[in-house]
Amino acid sequence: MLLDPNANILVQGITGREASAMVSDMLDYGSRIVAGVTPGKSGQEVHGVPVFDTVRDAMAHCSSTISVVSVPAPAVLDATFEAMACGIQLCLIMSERVPRLDTCKILHRAGQAGCTVIGPNTLGLIRPGIAKLGTIGGRLDNVQRSFMPGRVAILSRSGGMTTEIASFLTSHGIGQCLAVGVGGDPMVGSNFTDLIRRLEDDPTTDAVVIYGEPGGTAEEQLAEHLQKHGTRLRINAFLSGQFVDDMEGVRFGHAAVIVEGGRGSVRGKTKALREAGVFVAETFDDILVGLKP
Amino acid sequence: MRLLEYQSKRLLADFGLPLQPPKVVESAGAAVQAVRDLGQSAVLKAQVPFGGRGKAGGVKFVETPDQARSAAQELFALQLRNIAVKQISIEPKISIAREIYVGATWDTTAKLPLVLLNLAGGIDVEAANGRQMQRSRFDPFQGLSANQGRELASAAGLTGKTMIAVGEILAKLAEVFLAIDAVTVEINPLVESKDGQLIGVDAHIEIDDDARYRQLGRLEQLGPLPAIGSGRPTTELEREAQRIDAMDHRGVAGRVVEFDGDLALLIGGGGASLTVFDAIRRHGGRPANYCEVGGNPTTEKVAALTALLLSKPGVRRLAVIMNVVNNTRADVMAAGMLQGIREAGLDPAKVVSVFRIPGSWEQEAREVLAGAGIEALGREISLDKAAQLAVGRMNEHVA
Repeated sequence: MLLDPNANILVQGITGREASAMVSDMLDYGSRIVAGVTPGKSGQEVHGVPVFDTVRDAMAHCSSTISVVSVPAPAVLDATFEAMACGIQLCLIMSERVPRLDTCKILHRAGQAGCTVIGPNTLGLIRPGIAKLGTIGGRLDNVQRSFMPGRVAILSRSGGMTTEIASFLTSHGIGQCLAVGVGGDPMVGSNFTDLIRRLEDDPTTDAVVIYGEPGGTAEEQLAEHLQKHGTRLRINAFLSGQFVDDMEGVRFGHAAVIVEGGRGSVRGKTKALREAGVFVAETFDDILVGLKP
Repeated sequence: MRLLEYQSKRLLADFGLPLQPPKVVESAGAAVQAVRDLGQSAVLKAQVPFGGRGKAGGVKFVETPDQARSAAQELFALQLRNIAVKQISIEPKISIAREIYVGATWDTTAKLPLVLLNLAGGIDVEAANGRQMQRSRFDPFQGLSANQGRELASAAGLTGKTMIAVGEILAKLAEVFLAIDAVTVEINPLVESKDGQLIGVDAHIEIDDDARYRQLGRLEQLGPLPAIGSGRPTTELEREAQRIDAMDHRGVAGRVVEFDGDLALLIGGGGASLTVFDAIRRHGGRPANYCEVGGNPTTEKVAALTALLLSKPGVRRLAVIMNVVNNTRADVMAAGMLQGIREAGLDPAKVVSVFRIPGSWEQEAREVLAGAGIEALGREISLDKAAQLAVGRMNEHVA
């Protein structure tokens, strides 16, 4: 399972305004942040967390296996390479607008280093009752109202909808073991398929709720994976943006069509997932179907 | 961002690919002169940033300068996807022995870049398959070597000098793709002329918007980049919404798409906007707009957007629905919305059909709204239920 309760956590870019608020909320929820890194700002503290110039210095102070990366987009490549070179095993990249080539290079390097990447462009992930990474759920009171421990995992392409779905499940007595904003970009470190593979072997997970959107091929990839390998998990999906199918797009070149083969529409995603045995909810409220409190 | 054909050709030629940057003109007179200078039959092409141009009448072949005048006049009179043609390119017509497709793009499944080669190039390249269609992912650090390029060309069935040349072109294409932070680079068709020369006749380049900051120097040399044509022209309402969103960098209150309905929607963040819009339609509602609000926008931005949405003729009510908010403040949303409604000269209690923004600063929002006679809905009302309520209240008599 992602996010071992005993794992130490590092925050890269900890002195930024957003990161500072995030650190406070994470500490309140019990996340074990032991150090922060901002080049040039060693010696400072953020909510009692010591700041270092380099990941290496931070690791010498207290060894960590997880890094939350909240640095400006142009600095993300360097920051994550630094983390991986120092042995970080789970890298959560919150930064938005990371160039796609940089994401590709990061994932390539992560594959070689055996590092799991979540994001970029994610609000984070949470194991309710244990800890959270990133700004997911916001302040402590909102996190506690929205999430409760249980046996359903939420995997979502939208950060806001992650909390909305959790809150909806919680209000119906259905707890969660994990909720992940996988990131809003077309290419992310861990997509639905990557995460379902992990959850397959996790004895604390019975079911998964997926939130998908138009564009990209994450849902189709999952459907292909399930067709091939099956699953022991109950999977419910909700796909928003049906109306986008009816809007006229603008084509440019043939490459995307050749590679993606016309995938990307909500209609097509719905069909593919249903054929793979996934329950696709017609309305948002139906995401509860078949999930036991 | 997408480049125009002539800009794409210039860029690819700079990297040593076999393309000839065409002459670009902005008047019929200049087109005549250009064809006269060429002294042979020529191709005139409208410079617009999307495909399907030939089928839409944006490409014309001429034999003489006289024909060039009327052809150019016709092209300049075109509106392709609501974009007026301002520039046309002029290049010599080539006698074609064979059309090949070469391209590079992202394989988001493998999370790697990839090159494509198709010996059946031209406009129907997507349909082709089998041996003639070859693809290869490549390393984002190393690119594609010439020998890997030759392997592809050979596997596709090419031989001799053409195989070697296409192999090199593929390697070069991968190099360009990485160097310019491309989303798509393609040469289609890459033409083998009757005298055995390879030359790119049309090219498409799209560059990653998120990498724009490090491609500025290169982009500046290419001249003004085209506006992207959507399925229809942007409306005045949509343009005004863009102005409002740009007035302050804090938070998003925009991304408006206008629709032909009577229920204005102030909805967010992105994922919930899509969800709510679908739900409103499913319950029989007629949205006047789509929009995205999030990231804690200022009161002023929310007020201006609210007033704008309510200014649309035919709008009768406003529904405000967001997911359980993490960092957007519900009370700021409430205050901004109230201010906007009052600016529009309307009564909040009559205009607002539902207000549902649970999460941070929810209690404060509740108090602000109670003062205006509006009852805020909590998280126990789902996004779907909130949409249903909003539609149901369209038909209630407003006293």
